[in-house]
Amino acid sequence: MIPAAFEYERPSSLAEALKMLSEGGDDARPIAGGHSLLPLMRLRLARPSLLVDIGGLADLRYVRDEGDHIAIGALCTHHELASAQELTGGCRLIAQVARQIGDPQVRHRGTIGGSIAHADPASDLPAAVLALDGAVVARGAGGSRTIPAADFFLGPLMSALEPGEILTEVRVAKRVGCGSTYEKFQRRAQDWAIVAVAAVIESSGGTISNAAIGLTNMAGTPIRASGVEEALAGAASEEAIAEAAGRVSEVGTPLPDQNASSEYRLHLAEVLIRRAVANAMS
Amino acid sequence: MKRISVTVNGVRHEAEVEPRTLLVYFIREQLGLTGTNVGCDTSSCGACTVHLNGQSVKSCTVLAVQADGQEVTTIEGLATNGKLHPMQQAFHEEHGLQCGFCTPGMIMAAVGIVDENPDPSEAEVREALEGNLCRCTGYHNIVRAVISGAKASV
Amino acid sequence: MAAGQKYVGGGVPRKEDPQLLTGQATFVENLTVPGMVHAALVRSPYGAARIKKVDLSAALAAPDVVAAFSGEDLADEWAAGLPMAWPVTDDIRIPDHWPVAKDVVRYVGDAVAVVVATSRAAAADAAELVDVDYEELPTVVDIEGAMAPGAPRVHESFENNECYTWTHSTGDIDAAFAKADVVVKGEYTQPRLIPNAMEPRAVLVQPSPAAGDFTMWSTTQIPHIAKILLSMILGISESKMRVIAPDVGGGFGSKLNVYAEEALCIALARRLGLPVKWVAGRSEGYLATIHGRDQLQEIELAATSEGKILGYRVKIRANMGAYLQLVAPGVPLLGGFLYCGSYGGEAYHFECTGVFTNTTPTDAYRGAGRPEATYAIERAIELLARKVGLDSIEIRKLNYLPQGEMVPSPGGLEFDSTNYAPNLDRALELLGHDAVRAEQAERRAQGSTKVLGLGFSTFVEMCGLAPSQVLASLNYGAGGWDAATVRMLPTGKAEVVTGTSPHGQGHVTCWSQIAADALGLDIDDIEVLHGDTHVAPHGMNTYGSRSLSVGGIAVYEACGRVVEKAKTIAAHLLEVSPEDLAFENGSFSVKGVPDRTKAIQELAYAAWTAHSLPEGTEPGLEANCVWDPPNFTYPFGSHLCVVEVDTETGDVDILRYVAVDDCGTVINPVIVEGQVHGGVAQGIAAALYEEATYAEDGTLETSSMINYLVPSAAEFPSFELDRTLTPSTSNPLGVKGIGEAGTIASTPAVINAVADALAHLDVGEVPIPATPERVWRLIQNAKGGAA
Repeated sequence: MIPAAFEYERPSSLAEALKMLSEGGDDARPIAGGHSLLPLMRLRLARPSLLVDIGGLADLRYVRDEGDHIAIGALCTHHELASAQELTGGCRLIAQVARQIGDPQVRHRGTIGGSIAHADPASDLPAAVLALDGAVVARGAGGSRTIPAADFFLGPLMSALEPGEILTEVRVAKRVGCGSTYEKFQRRAQDWAIVAVAAVIESSGGTISNAAIGLTNMAGTPIRASGVEEALAGAASEEAIAEAAGRVSEVGTPLPDQNASSEYRLHLAEVLIRRAVANAMS
Repeated sequence: MKRISVTVNGVRHEAEVEPRTLLVYFIREQLGLTGTNVGCDTSSCGACTVHLNGQSVKSCTVLAVQADGQEVTTIEGLATNGKLHPMQQAFHEEHGLQCGFCTPGMIMAAVGIVDENPDPSEAEVREALEGNLCRCTGYHNIVRAVISGAKASV
Repeated sequence: MAAGQKYVGGGVPRKEDPQLLTGQATFVENLTVPGMVHAALVRSPYGAARIKKVDLSAALAAPDVVAAFSGEDLADEWAAGLPMAWPVTDDIRIPDHWPVAKDVVRYVGDAVAVVVATSRAAAADAAELVDVDYEELPTVVDIEGAMAPGAPRVHESFENNECYTWTHSTGDIDAAFAKADVVVKGEYTQPRLIPNAMEPRAVLVQPSPAAGDFTMWSTTQIPHIAKILLSMILGISESKMRVIAPDVGGGFGSKLNVYAEEALCIALARRLGLPVKWVAGRSEGYLATIHGRDQLQEIELAATSEGKILGYRVKIRANMGAYLQLVAPGVPLLGGFLYCGSYGGEAYHFECTGVFTNTTPTDAYRGAGRPEATYAIERAIELLARKVGLDSIEIRKLNYLPQGEMVPSPGGLEFDSTNYAPNLDRALELLGHDAVRAEQAERRAQGSTKVLGLGFSTFVEMCGLAPSQVLASLNYGAGGWDAATVRMLPTGKAEVVTGTSPHGQGHVTCWSQIAADALGLDIDDIEVLHGDTHVAPHGMNTYGSRSLSVGGIAVYEACGRVVEKAKTIAAHLLEVSPEDLAFENGSFSVKGVPDRTKAIQELAYAAWTAHSLPEGTEPGLEANCVWDPPNFTYPFGSHLCVVEVDTETGDVDILRYVAVDDCGTVINPVIVEGQVHGGVAQGIAAALYEEATYAEDGTLETSSMINYLVPSAAEFPSFELDRTLTPSTSNPLGVKGIGEAGTIASTPAVINAVADALAHLDVGEVPIPATPERVWRLIQNAKGGAA
């Protein structure tokens, strides 16, 4: 189908983009790769009055080592992130996740900024950013602010971004001596996850010292499995890991949908956590 | 209306488009290049795959205005001097098409795969074709064609 | 073949490919004509509702809008409703079915109004402005609900939702069950499937208002049938209608229909005097293009304690949807003779009830009736094997019909060619059966969470509906013939005009192979013309794996007639008797005097100049054949599937798929393999991925390619294929259909494999599709909830 009509502007700077957005009113939206927004517009489930295309703002396209964290410009595509050399240690998780998003064509266009801002609990990157104790930089007319990932995702397709703000950067804490993995369970390769687990595991000699577990599509937002993380600390055997994975039930009951019941989701999460931890340690 | 300039298969086109015009409809209806097909409305099937600045994209999920100033290659731009591209030739020789509707997108995706991975394994080809649906071939001969096309493209 | 076999049997690369590979195809959406306007339909969002008012004023006021009509506005366009051509019983209930609903809508997607504008975008915008006042009515979407007492009636004029009940019996079924030592019963749900030809449907109609005629380009499998029926719907003389099926992007039965939008675009073109185009979006197509399957099945087998089957008792209920599309009532009947599969027995009873529901109408989807039948018997025979303590191979070999020709089956058919055990043996050999079983045992012994299963499906199917008299006995509304004209041109080239209407099957290549060999021409000197009722005036088109065994034979026979006529001209010119001539490689030579020859090209020219023809011979060298086969063809085969089931997640992964088909003589092995690959993939998709579901209110939950799971290359393995060759006795080439065999065979092969993987857990019936969650639940339930 064809989207409903809208106005389109292509600013040459972030400042201009912010101005256009604020003048465009409530139904003005920024667009970059468009791979979250355009599918909704084609089905006329989204009808922005104005699209402000920030896709050409080259200064939002970078991956930088900032000492204690890696800063990722909002316009980095999934494809670029999948092979970004700067993503080392625990941050490699971002690359591991990026290469499992959608399909190659989607990865060539879709951006991390769009994916995070869209706040779809079934999207892959949000759980990873959350697991890496990440943060989001948002720029508005009044300046910029940094929002911890833990405070950013408010509900399905709802984030802490204010109208008129643009997500400009994603930050993930650097963690050395970690293994990471993203275990995604879906029906078809191109599908969204039924459940997925992002794991960052610090261990030595087979004993886990620190674990971060992010869950995709287990609630209205990406979430951390904090009970599991707690139980994983100190775990040194398959049995201990399995027992820790069982504490995923503490995250509450995920909603059922066409793809899976609550019970099955919870079970899958437990199995995938077990596998993710093992893979991250191997 | 917005004025855009898009280079398609090496030819620069200046045109007026409605902002909502999807790249695929710009290519098909305004430029008359109907080789690129539309098989779905949810960015699922990949029939509309073209190359944008050398990378495979689903042209149903790109606005024509977003392609302003950029380079597009469609299935019509693949053969040179009347000679099929090695990937087109491989699809022909391996019987990688039946009804032919998914074929332009499938071939453009395949060329993109080989650009990024010149010697893909069967498993890699299958995984990389995840965004292109075919209902006729069961993919068996498509996968063979991509592997054979990759070898011929070296 | 008289002329030798240079091409037939070879993997000739397809002549169809160049334009498809380079983006030069003529798919309907690619076509434009000057002055063309675009139609957009307003469709019911309700499963059932009374239309109280349709307000078109806002739509009509919108920019670029040419016209807008409600169903009532268009009522006088129709001389007849949309057609149903297979009234399977005398008392079948046939509801009125108008291209645009007048008073009541009966499924989500039922058309309510149409808007015509100068662009597609404008038409879509204006369609949103049509204001329809509905009074919602109660809905029913499933078979059992529709048959329950007091169920909402889909059609108020009928006293309940039953459309028809059709029965078919052979032998004494009660006696067979009375003397049985063992009875097994299987109950299966065949999910609703969406065919998903990759090309969405589209129609373009160009009127010639002064002449009063119409050209319709349509994404159809059946241009000839559509021409006749659309003429009747619109009250237009058949001779004023030209229907063209240009390049068509797949069908699988979904384009074997006469659709509302075809009739509507003709009506709009007539009323407006403008060319009118309509193109379905994929999601719109999910509502407005036929669905397939959707049956509830019960099958009982009566057998001896040794496992020999005595009788088959089958009862099915089939969801017709809200209206009857072209051949919908007959679809279950195409399986109704085959619930005994390739096995013997004394008696057979089949009963089918068609049921109306508030859903998109169903109709023939690849296999049409036979996948359902094959599923039921191939699952049930596994139940029997288990009950009597035989394995999957022993139970089949014990019950196979004997090798032979015209072998009677318990279902009442005579199979043209049976040779089942060697076919299965070849498949077992290709698989390496013993090694698979050994690995399966080893994994079980190790307590692996990745268990293996091996599934069997040994099937027989019927295709090439024929002969016409037999179709009459089934109340089928058309014949079983097809037509061909073979025309030698003065330049020595040939035209083959066929009544088949290919949409991916490679008829141009295969018919060229047949004709090139029969006429002794180079394959590039043959053109195959099809899909335009002005060019190929006679045809019964392409569906039910009939094209080669009916239309291809017509080509072959017409070639033979051309050669016969050429021979008389050659004899005349060489001044010998026709009996003294031999025909080889396109040349007639006098027997014993090999240098006295006439090439068929020379004879074509001689026939055209007509300067010297035998007395009484008409000029020109061409011949027609309308071939009405004496019987169906009955391809068979053995499909074996190896799956790995992850017992922790329920995920099923197909590791290997071995298929040994027997489709008789093969014209082009590469094309045959392609048909099997695609068919197998669709059957696997049905086994593991695809299922269209409705909410109780009639909303199609699987509304797009996002949630109706058409699988990609990443979900399949490569397939391992071979063939046995048992020629059909139903036609002179010995060919049988192969278009649907893969789909018919593969679903039970996969599900049998899943069941086999879990056999040690005693999980009970495996539902289709065997989704990860369903498989996981089976395992959980078998474990009694213990993890």
